[in-house]
Amino acid sequence: MSNFKYFSNGIIKNNPTFVLVLGTCPTLAITTAAENGIGMGLATTFVLVCSNMMIAALKNFIPDKVRIAAFILIIASFVTVVDLVMKAYTPDLYKTLGIYIPLIVVNCIIFARAEAFAQKNAVVPSILDGLGMGIGFTLAITLIASIRELLGNGSIFDIKIVSEQISTILIFILPPGAFITFGYLIAIMNRLKQKYSN
Amino acid sequence: MVLSLLLISLVMSAILGFVYNATKGPIAQAGKAKELNAMKEVLPDFDNDPAADPKEIDGMVFYKATKADQLVGYAAKTFTEKGYAGRFDLMVGFLPDGTINNVVILEQKETPGLGSNMTQPKFKDQFNSLNISTLKDKKLLVKKDGGTVDAISAATISSRAFCDGLQKAYDAYMINFIDPGFKPADATSGSTKPAKESEGGKQ
Repeated sequence: MSNFKYFSNGIIKNNPTFVLVLGTCPTLAITTAAENGIGMGLATTFVLVCSNMMIAALKNFIPDKVRIAAFILIIASFVTVVDLVMKAYTPDLYKTLGIYIPLIVVNCIIFARAEAFAQKNAVVPSILDGLGMGIGFTLAITLIASIRELLGNGSIFDIKIVSEQISTILIFILPPGAFITFGYLIAIMNRLKQKYSN
Repeated sequence: MVLSLLLISLVMSAILGFVYNATKGPIAQAGKAKELNAMKEVLPDFDNDPAADPKEIDGMVFYKATKADQLVGYAAKTFTEKGYAGRFDLMVGFLPDGTINNVVILEQKETPGLGSNMTQPKFKDQFNSLNISTLKDKKLLVKKDGGTVDAISAATISSRAFCDGLQKAYDAYMINFIDPGFKPADATSGSTKPAKESEGGKQ
């Protein structure tokens, strides 16, 4: 595979949210506003790239028996880095995302990429894979969040689009709205995939 | 096996320690407003909370800063309407004797690359440790108007406005906090007179 393919793999073909359906906890929980989607996506991307890079670089050094422990150490450290940095520089966003920042540790996307990709590949492809997967995740949750924010709150990125008089569909901001949106988007993605793979 | 885990733990904890130290300060400040950060920049070391007791004078806001109950200075949130693009806001720190300690630009929309250069240390740092009372007529003027301030090239209006903002804060500060009998300089001359431009017709 060329370097570009490593990168683009995660964006559409193996999109972590719509195709692999990994990391659905933050996907469903924080996508109430587009801004949260971007923030969460970028935080996850950072952790993904760093942990993929580190694990690929250390793959010959980490004994197979303790690889899970080593991966968790590395991932948890980078999540703590993100946690501290966001707390320091984006306190508002940090407050909104709340518990979901530390919970990036258990985001399956990161662990899955470490296990399935980074420990079998060289550093550069691993970085590209992390970047692609991260961007795919960011795009996906930002899309879900934009739809939910638009339908449930009449705005996107806090900019009012629908007039105040028109009542919005509140359920889209609430948890069920996340499932509804997510389900429809997966259905649309599958339909598009069918159409274009032939 | 143990060794490799140990080494990974060591490296990761070193990274964490570094980030923790690097973010400790910002995190402590994060909850507080941008203004408090500006105050910290413009004032000498203080240990009270200046934002707790603001004093408003003519649209400007003065914050008292103390250290161990000793007055170390006042931070003044001042503004001018005379900027090339209208109003801009400054935060200036005065020592108890009226000396300017430092200036921070809070908000400005002057022409990028010209007037906006007032945020550069080259221009704004010339006011540090300046006491306006030592100047002729106690007035802050750009060189072009017979004063001592080096204006930003091609941005004399912005430079004049900057002086105007500082002058207003200084006069109010002296009258209200230092010497009730203080006589401000004549308000009709210098920085307030209509600008006559020759430098490229810009600012």
